[in-house]
Amino acid sequence: MPWRLLRFALNRKHPEPRMFTHHDKLKSSYDVVIIGAGGHGLAAAYYLAAEHGVKNVCVLEKGYIGGGNTGRNTTIIRSNYLTPEGVKFYDESVNLWQDLSRDFDLNLFYANRGHFTLAHTDAAVRTMRWRAEVNKHYGVDSEVVGPEAVKEAAPMIDLSCAGHAPILGALYHAPGSVARHDAVAWGYGRGADQRGVEIHQQTEVLGIDVQGGKVKGVNTSRGYISTNKVLCAVAGSTPRILKMVDVRTPIYIHPLQAMVSEPVKPWLDPILVSGSLHVYISQSARGELVMGASLDPYELHATRSTLDFVEGLTSHMLDMFPFLSNVKVMRQWAGMADMTPDFAPIMGKTPVEGFYLDSGWGTWGFKATPVCGKTMAHTLVNDTPHPLITGFSLDRFSHYALTGEKGAASVGH
Amino acid sequence: MRLPATSGEWIDRSAPIEFKFEGRSYTGYTGDTVSSALWGADVRVLGRSFKYHRPRGVLSLANHDTNALHQWGDQLNLRADVVPLQAGMDLTAVNTFGGLDGDKGRVLGRFARFLPVGFYYKAFHTKGLFPMWERMFRAMTGLGKVDLDSPRRSTPKAYDFCDVLVIGAGPSGLSAALSAAAQGASVVVVDENARAGGSAGYQIGNDPARAEIHARLLAQVSANPLIRVLTSTYAAGYYKDHWLPLVSAERMLKMRAGSVVVASGGFEQPAVFRYNDLPGVMLASAAQRLMHRYGVKPMQRAVVLTANADGYRAALDLLARGVAVAAVVDLRARAGTAATLVQQLRDAKVEVLMSSCIVEAVPGTGGASVAAARVGAVQADGSPAADLRDIACDGILMSVGWAPAANLLYQAGTKMRFERAVEQFVPDVLPDGVFACGRVNGVHELSRRMADGTRAGSHAAAAAGFGEAVGSALAPEVESPSHPWPIVAHPEGKNFVDFDEDLQLKDFHNAVQEGFDNIELLKRYSTVGMGPSQGKHSNMNGLRILARLSGKEPQQVGTTTARPFYHPVPMAVLAGRGFNPERRTPLHSRHEALGAKWMPAGVWQRPEFYQLAGKVRLDCIREEVAAVRGGVGLIDVGTLGKLEVIGPQAAEFLERVYTSNYANLKVGMTRYAVMCDEAGVVIDDGVVARLAEDHFYFTTTTSGAATIYRELSRLNTMWGLDCGIVNHTGAFAAMNLAGPRSREVLATLTATDLSAAAFPYLAVRECTVADIPARLMRVGFVGEWGYEIHVPARFGGALWDALMAAGAAHGIRPFGVEAQRLLRLEKGHIIIGQDTDGLTSPLEVGMGWAVKMNKPFFVGQRSLKAIASKKLKQQLAGFTLPPGYSGDVPLECNLVIADGDIAGRVTSIAWSATLGRHIGLAFLRPDLATVGNKVSIRLTDGAMVEVEVSPTPFHDPENLKQKEAV
Repeated sequence: MPWRLLRFALNRKHPEPRMFTHHDKLKSSYDVVIIGAGGHGLAAAYYLAAEHGVKNVCVLEKGYIGGGNTGRNTTIIRSNYLTPEGVKFYDESVNLWQDLSRDFDLNLFYANRGHFTLAHTDAAVRTMRWRAEVNKHYGVDSEVVGPEAVKEAAPMIDLSCAGHAPILGALYHAPGSVARHDAVAWGYGRGADQRGVEIHQQTEVLGIDVQGGKVKGVNTSRGYISTNKVLCAVAGSTPRILKMVDVRTPIYIHPLQAMVSEPVKPWLDPILVSGSLHVYISQSARGELVMGASLDPYELHATRSTLDFVEGLTSHMLDMFPFLSNVKVMRQWAGMADMTPDFAPIMGKTPVEGFYLDSGWGTWGFKATPVCGKTMAHTLVNDTPHPLITGFSLDRFSHYALTGEKGAASVGH
Repeated sequence: MRLPATSGEWIDRSAPIEFKFEGRSYTGYTGDTVSSALWGADVRVLGRSFKYHRPRGVLSLANHDTNALHQWGDQLNLRADVVPLQAGMDLTAVNTFGGLDGDKGRVLGRFARFLPVGFYYKAFHTKGLFPMWERMFRAMTGLGKVDLDSPRRSTPKAYDFCDVLVIGAGPSGLSAALSAAAQGASVVVVDENARAGGSAGYQIGNDPARAEIHARLLAQVSANPLIRVLTSTYAAGYYKDHWLPLVSAERMLKMRAGSVVVASGGFEQPAVFRYNDLPGVMLASAAQRLMHRYGVKPMQRAVVLTANADGYRAALDLLARGVAVAAVVDLRARAGTAATLVQQLRDAKVEVLMSSCIVEAVPGTGGASVAAARVGAVQADGSPAADLRDIACDGILMSVGWAPAANLLYQAGTKMRFERAVEQFVPDVLPDGVFACGRVNGVHELSRRMADGTRAGSHAAAAAGFGEAVGSALAPEVESPSHPWPIVAHPEGKNFVDFDEDLQLKDFHNAVQEGFDNIELLKRYSTVGMGPSQGKHSNMNGLRILARLSGKEPQQVGTTTARPFYHPVPMAVLAGRGFNPERRTPLHSRHEALGAKWMPAGVWQRPEFYQLAGKVRLDCIREEVAAVRGGVGLIDVGTLGKLEVIGPQAAEFLERVYTSNYANLKVGMTRYAVMCDEAGVVIDDGVVARLAEDHFYFTTTTSGAATIYRELSRLNTMWGLDCGIVNHTGAFAAMNLAGPRSREVLATLTATDLSAAAFPYLAVRECTVADIPARLMRVGFVGEWGYEIHVPARFGGALWDALMAAGAAHGIRPFGVEAQRLLRLEKGHIIIGQDTDGLTSPLEVGMGWAVKMNKPFFVGQRSLKAIASKKLKQQLAGFTLPPGYSGDVPLECNLVIADGDIAGRVTSIAWSATLGRHIGLAFLRPDLATVGNKVSIRLTDGAMVEVEVSPTPFHDPENLKQKEAV
């Protein structure tokens, strides 16, 4: 048992302070206002304070810390993307992930498991090879492997997938990992809080004060605050906030659902994804199977669940793992994915001076949390996009300079 | 031990069942659950707790906790409280290390002080050591074991409809069913228990009048032909528009209801005091179920902790069945409506202590049983007085209140509010067509529950179109059945709030101290309610604790989001039979007979090639190619999407969805068609044939057929043009007869003039082939003279046979997808999705000729204008390897490297016997794409191969093959 646990036994009173300071009131002005206390917003606040000395920052959250897509995703971390911009960006994110638990002194359960994207068709094998070759070119550890390698990592898998979608190979990405998603938000939140950032939960943004094309302040459910810089990091709520500043983006919202089983003893180490069967699965440290599938095929601003989702996903799960028949699904849920036409995010400046966007995170936002925080903090401070995010600017759509990550999406969309 | 038999019990004492638990043999009865059989056999420790491996017995006996989770072979996490006992069961408790009795995990209980809430976030994260700790955590935390050799279990699914669905067959639910049926509605009642009746069957209070009500309700329901009762079945979730999966052990029934009555009752809630988790401490309702349903004596001598009339009834039930009641301990100062029950108990010499609480269940020897209840007076601030006394007993009943079983109401979108009159959340605003009654609606007294059910049933029937809604909401209860604070602090802890997760009262204090003072954050940090029973027995007390710690009202604290499932559902039941349909063309059996090797193409199976005896795959494919180039071949192209658009604005429609012109297409002619999305990205291609002024027939790619049809239907609906789209994909068989001899073969089967003058390249004719009505198109995809022949699906086989017979003299060969891929590559034709990707514009793949920018509009035009104004980033070009090349050949998607950077990638590559070298297509940086230029391709192993940029088509660049002279 680690010695650090001793202090719990030696102290009569629980020796832990608050992670997030409670603030009765909003100040009248801040240097930076961040909308959204999810992983991204809190990470930006953290790096603003930790790396740029900008501490007069407030994070506004209409719900609670990490309550949006940060707490709803299936926690997979990887960098095996398809475009040079994407590979470099996510690779930096994976580098940051490695040391986050130490930086925060909080165990994020960052567990390196290895990640297989299964290919069931020749076309899929080709796409995997493309990704592997681009990854290798940028020094990211990815390779195309045969079915035998899949079998070795997950010996229990039915390689024929019930005979209708035989596994022909896979893209193996050794750095693929999972982490405890809530703790990521808490870690960034606590770190930001310790450095002077104010986090205000249950505080809704009602309007953004723009004068002469410049941000002047923010109207909230708890009063007006003036500021010259606003970062919008609200995932599925992005269109709602953008209406307030009259900025148009090609973002459209689709629900993305997931489900979790009852805890079972560990049997699966790697993370497995099948695009053809629309399945991704990993086993959490608690023993639950965390499972997801493709986006719902229609636009919807809601987090309702559907029955056909669990019917389809369980059916495909059993194609791969027939022995899970008696394992029970405990819970299903959904998040709102802010999709973009090219499956790459929208980050950086906007036509409104002082209004910055961190959005378009669709189904791939969690893994980018650290690098988003770091690059957005840099962008806010310098009023110029960080070199890693220039490919993700909003104006790429008007210039038709898209960053095509469609082929790297885990599952069909 | 068992009690004497009574008439209403659920067990059949004439049918004993032998079973094993933890290696020992026991006998139970048919109708028992595993827990009732074990408790009846005097087994008290049924499982070990999740974190500290504490001994656990019966708590709810109702699937509201998971104290007793068992494994039987490949069946894991069986909930012993509710799983029917079966002959031959060989059960073990899950998550023990060395068996239930000797569980080595018990040691963790001693380290509890080191392991406060969230302890795992505070340590174990030294980078090098974390993997070791993680392995340990994973081994400790999982519950049951998955049997990796277990076969897939297939279950049926059923669909059903009813006017009114009633969830819960207790007194309120059955009353609702009766009143809905009385108004003429067909009613289905669903209940997770093996028999209907709910709490009316066990909350008797030794009162014959109550037993009589139970019997009468059941008789009336079973006599009503409009009511069906599904027992041992639970509504697992509520989905939009009254769509509910009703789950039983055998199957999932998907019910679409006209309206829904939620009469799901309440979860009796535990009190929180030290050692409230010892075997022998149980909910009052659990003890009553043990006695009335299973004839099991819950204990010899009980202390009943109560805060409502239900607890007194439970005490009376105990007495009636021969259990000594040492004392009734009431948290309240006055017994209120229970006054007469109190008198009955006092008459029976039972001590009744008002304003008192249980501070601790005193453990017996060995720590797995109850020896006494340590009782004290409740002070004004709710804490116990210092003066305590022990009352000897071997069991404690807890009857301190209820939480509404409102999961389905929440899922349906009900707005709930906290009602102080009953100390629980009640529905405030119900969604249309959803009704609530009984305990879940805050109505607790038996006759009032029935009245509430009658009202809800009537309203639900009316909502479904049957009769008039009668009755209105009842006045609140005169006293709360739930105590606002059934919680006693203890300096030594072990006063459990969440039994699934082993959470004690102090864990909540500590979590809130750390800033997790929002109900959702508290859940995520402490894991309250995250265990298998999803908070059924813990959320309400958790909420009360948070409200008190944060100085808020329960209403302000709110609840966490309830989501499916109500109870967990096995994957096999959700998956059903595992329906993976595969599409086959009408020619499937022909291919099979010819030795086809199959490959999946979307949902279709297509012949990859035809296996020749004694030949390897590559040789088979090469022979097929040679047949097409030198003679004639036949390929099944029936998997192509086949659509028709008909109407005055059919041409206008095609003008908008494809990039080329179709208004000017002559009747009797075809034209290649490229479709883009709004970003100007190529998404599909095909051939458009004009059959009449207002009638077009066109094809899509095989994989795109379904999505393109869906998208075109969406656009047509949006635009409202005067034309209609029909999807004929499955209705037509199609084959491509190709090769220099194809015309000769076809000529023997049709009277149509096949001369180039009468039937030029790209023409379409409606005629007969082999006496079959056919659409005949002159196409050149594979680079030879050829015809695509489309006929009604039922004639496909006959046409294939006729063509094969007619071609026999010319050496006709069937060819598969692989040969076609090579043939088209030789001709320089691209395959959408292989030679294009998610960003490819038509301009990058040399299809600018097929994009008519001067049209008023087509999908993607605006984007293409912008793209056209910029320099291309890449373009598709042909390349070849030297004829004698013998090294490793690049693979599709190997990268082109220039100046150390990525400068393109291979999209197609193959050996061409026709050309005697490897040929391919690759995306290249435009400055590299000059014919004759040498570019380097990096192989998978890192080696570089130099190739030469070559003009396409590789084969027949002048298109002479389509001219008559050749």
